[in-house]
Amino acid sequence: MDRDRGRLRASLRTAPLLWGTAVAVPLGFLAVFFAWPVAALVVRGFVADGVLDLTGFTEVLSSPRTWRLVGLTLTQAVLGTACSVLLGLPLAYLLYRRSFLGRGLVRGLVTVPFVLPAVVVGVAFRTLFAPGGTLGFLGLEESLAGIVVALVFFNVSVVVRTVGGLWERLDPRTEQAAASLGAGPARVFRTVTLPALAPAIASAASVVFLFCATAFGVVLVLGGVRYGTIETEIWTRTTQFLDLRSASVLSILQLVVISGALVVSARARRRREAALRLVSARGSARRLSWRSPQDVTVALVGAAIVVGLMVLPMAGLVARSLREPDGSWGIGNYVALGTTGERNALVVTVWEATATSLRTALAATVLSLVVGGLVALVVSRRPRSVGARRAVGTLDGLFMLPLGVSAVTVGFGFLITLDQPVLGVDLRTSGLLVPVAQAVVAIPLVVRTVLPVLRAIDPRLREVAAVLGSGPGRVLRTVDLPIALRSVGLATGFAFAVSLGEFGATSFLARPDGATLPVVIYRLIGRPGAENYGMALAASVVLAVLTATVMMMAERLRDERGGGEF
Amino acid sequence: MAGLEIRDVTVRYGVPTGSTRGRGSTGVTAVDQVSLAVAPGEVVALLGPSGCGKSSLLRAVAGLEPLSGGQVLYDGEDLAGVPVHKRRFGLMFQEGQLFPHRDVRRNVAYGLETQDLSRAERDARVSALLDLVGLAGYEGRSVPTLSGGEQQRVALARALAPRPRLLLLDEPLSALDRQLRERLAGEVRAALVETGTTAVFVTHDHAEAAAVADRVGVMDRGRLLQVAAPDELRAAPASDRVAEFLGLHG
Amino acid sequence: MLRLSGAHAGTIHARPLAGTVARAAAVALLLAGCGGSAPDGSGTDGGDASASGTVTLVTHDSWALDEKLVEQFEQESGLTVEVSAAGDAGTLVNQLVLTKDAPLGDAVFGIDNTFASRALEAGVVEEYTPADLPDGAEQLGAALTPIDQGDVCVNADEAWFERSDLEVPTTLEDLADPEYRDLLVVSNPATSSPGLAFLLATVGAFGEDGFEDYWASLVDNGVKVADSWEDAYYVDFSGAGEGGERPLALSYATSPAFTVSEDGSESTTSALLETCFRQVEYAGVLAGADNPEGAQELVDFLLTEDVQAALPESMYMYPADPATQLPADWEKFAPQAEAPFEVEPAEVSEHRDEWIERWTATVVG
Repeated sequence: MDRDRGRLRASLRTAPLLWGTAVAVPLGFLAVFFAWPVAALVVRGFVADGVLDLTGFTEVLSSPRTWRLVGLTLTQAVLGTACSVLLGLPLAYLLYRRSFLGRGLVRGLVTVPFVLPAVVVGVAFRTLFAPGGTLGFLGLEESLAGIVVALVFFNVSVVVRTVGGLWERLDPRTEQAAASLGAGPARVFRTVTLPALAPAIASAASVVFLFCATAFGVVLVLGGVRYGTIETEIWTRTTQFLDLRSASVLSILQLVVISGALVVSARARRRREAALRLVSARGSARRLSWRSPQDVTVALVGAAIVVGLMVLPMAGLVARSLREPDGSWGIGNYVALGTTGERNALVVTVWEATATSLRTALAATVLSLVVGGLVALVVSRRPRSVGARRAVGTLDGLFMLPLGVSAVTVGFGFLITLDQPVLGVDLRTSGLLVPVAQAVVAIPLVVRTVLPVLRAIDPRLREVAAVLGSGPGRVLRTVDLPIALRSVGLATGFAFAVSLGEFGATSFLARPDGATLPVVIYRLIGRPGAENYGMALAASVVLAVLTATVMMMAERLRDERGGGEF
Repeated sequence: MAGLEIRDVTVRYGVPTGSTRGRGSTGVTAVDQVSLAVAPGEVVALLGPSGCGKSSLLRAVAGLEPLSGGQVLYDGEDLAGVPVHKRRFGLMFQEGQLFPHRDVRRNVAYGLETQDLSRAERDARVSALLDLVGLAGYEGRSVPTLSGGEQQRVALARALAPRPRLLLLDEPLSALDRQLRERLAGEVRAALVETGTTAVFVTHDHAEAAAVADRVGVMDRGRLLQVAAPDELRAAPASDRVAEFLGLHG
Repeated sequence: MLRLSGAHAGTIHARPLAGTVARAAAVALLLAGCGGSAPDGSGTDGGDASASGTVTLVTHDSWALDEKLVEQFEQESGLTVEVSAAGDAGTLVNQLVLTKDAPLGDAVFGIDNTFASRALEAGVVEEYTPADLPDGAEQLGAALTPIDQGDVCVNADEAWFERSDLEVPTTLEDLADPEYRDLLVVSNPATSSPGLAFLLATVGAFGEDGFEDYWASLVDNGVKVADSWEDAYYVDFSGAGEGGERPLALSYATSPAFTVSEDGSESTTSALLETCFRQVEYAGVLAGADNPEGAQELVDFLLTEDVQAALPESMYMYPADPATQLPADWEKFAPQAEAPFEVEPAEVSEHRDEWIERWTATVVG
């Protein structure tokens, strides 16, 4: 008995220690690799000759240009988010509530745009929108509508995946119950399905909003000189003018806008969040039936979205990548990927860069899963005390911030904060920060993907498990983890794909010989010569195929193990 | 003393409760100085309207709700420092709360997996329990394919499998239709008696309480009004309130 | 050998998974190191980065010098070269200014004449003059040594003009001629380095007070502004063969060498050599370098005959040493401008931001 008591006390002591670690590790990571560099750079902007100088605020905030940029930023972000959600819902339904031949392929396809380098997407869309392009008649060139279309192209998959992941696990019986009470399909959707999906929709929308509000490459390329956002202005002010004073004010302004959006979305989420009745995803999807008018409508709408928004621009890319310099068709551009480009545009071959990309993305994925997983775990709990609950909410918001801060601010911040060699290595030029920087971007996605599922687990499942003799660790392993596994698989895919496609921070931190795929694509497209351009597009296709494969594998992985022990 | 002893237990919700429990306001006293003893092998039902504190009391006994006052003892040992998973109790909820990612066998086996049993012993125990609840041969079935009644039977088998020294049942039959409820109440009683399990059974249905329990405790607004055998209770309700819950009015 | 980066050292070919895991562990170790309690001997290649035999070159992302040359240099000098790229030319200078107190490396290559003054004023480079500075190559501030140069000029799609029966324009003034209405695409000086160079060309041509009027006339004549060079060249320029519709685009004097016809007899595009601004790229020794001697040797190395001769092929630039032999197709298709427009680097440094703002006000409105 005494011995039992001793063990008991030990286990009571270890629980807070474990939770403490679960909070400390992510916070430490965020502090060193995000908060500190960003803060250091912003502070540098406000200190002139050792004296605090806040005149930058009045100057920047009184400029009409600033407010025009804020307006544009919000407009395109709101429109981009709204359209992504509107188009994403039917796709989520089609791809997660209905089954049909080739569904896995379409699911992978939908994700590809999300990780394509912005410079490639920008050029692909500009080619479509240009007066002589396929969609030239729409007059979208250098228009807000054009930017929004590209933003939706990028982000619709976030909605599809996040919402679809929850949708396929909703107990269909609730909907059936509503239908049996005389509710038509529209009413069932409005009164039962939509409220149940609300947390996932809010979650996806907040991520998409952040991506849209901080979009950089697409806005630069598609917006021409007339459209800009706070993000593009920070980039220009920092890298071209070294005007840290204005850049710092703008960074704070951006942070305010982003935090505001986060608070609003968190509030919307909290109001809607409830324990849902979840079932195993297996068997919740029904076969698509051509006899059901509802199914046919959804299938047609989904096909229109996929073809119009995804296939068209990507087909243009693929077609161009298969054109030889003399205009004939061939695989010359792909053969050239084993070289360093026309007149050695690169230091490494594209295949070498691909290997580097895969390695770095793997490291970044591991990092973001560990850190993001811990954050999701902590945030999914509802502590009894109000203070602790607020702290958990704050933690949730903190880890979204990396999405709202310019990669250039983080990259330049690294330069001034990590200026001491660690173990004799100058981290700034070693290339070791590349996976770290990629992880910082991937973590919010991991959190947002895993969290809704963890939160939706009926707490009584954990209580039953505890009463049946499972300690906190075993409850985690046998209840939370298996149920969250599907979303962890998804999160892995997302983290890997985002790391593969990350360009902003990577371009500052990767060395020429450690260039990743997006970096070499950017370099190839920045060189004259039809061969280099063709190679850039072929490399983009490789990146796209790689991404689609990763996402499909992530999905298969979770399907096989969906109901299994591990 | 042997068995469960509840001494002056008070449960208070000092903060707004989570949406799962549905009671909202601050500083509510859910259980107010309740004392109750349950002897080994005895089945006691806690009867009362929803919101009377019976579920909170049950959760406090399980260790899921912290005590604001009083003690919970088992076999004379104060359980204050004993975490939920070390209490060797069993728990069953209204909707079974089966693990959706596990099949029937692995649901029932869940509490056995932490015990030192061989695979064969474990499988044998699972089969015996499924047999006990009338679901022999259901081992390989997945949870969504079960009816509501079947789910509750599996939940009962799962709760009984590790031979808990005390089984806590929180409205285990309330989600089922009346006919099934009546039949299952008898079966639950039989299963508890056959396994000699000590149990606390929370319900709002007096007929069910009478069918399952050796003694019935009537609760209202956090207080335990009367505890007695079903017959005694009907014969001599201590107050109008008790009589009302027993359906003795009019 | 050429020492590649710490993270990606050695062969870059597919490695076994174990290598990746080890690298992830090394990252974890380094992370732990930030807390100050890391065990010694992490096994990363960078452990001897501060050893006297290593020299780190900080450069921009267009660095692409042949590895064999660098290896040869390493063998001859006994030094190990590490290369670190920082982004485009402007980003490079800004990073160097920011990290002045803890420099990113020992030597720098790629500071151009539009950003040179900022670097000199901030004192990021040490004074150093190579012994073999070629005749005609002028240093800046006795610290920045010219290595290569290139002209930014308007390019024309020869075939288009032939088809349209229109004379190919030659001067900046021609571009504002209504005859060439809606034909020109340039890039934004605020976000693109050729764009800035072209703005400077117009400042050099029309003076500090006249360039806005010129740009106003360009706007009236339907000039299109893209945000980057690649955007202007590949999407809008008809001469790139990607379906663009404008036959005049801002690019480099060397670009026509990339549009040579199948038989190699002629180029389908040409550069308008009276519209050019010359970009000069400099190298120097970073102030506070760990290995200043190595850095000096590296700067000298960039001026050697072999490197100078390799610059056109690897960096698309003309060598700073006028005595260097150029590739044959460059002689033929990519001549340099004889009298490019000029603006003093100090002037550029002082007024760059102001000029860009005035340009934005005129062109974007």
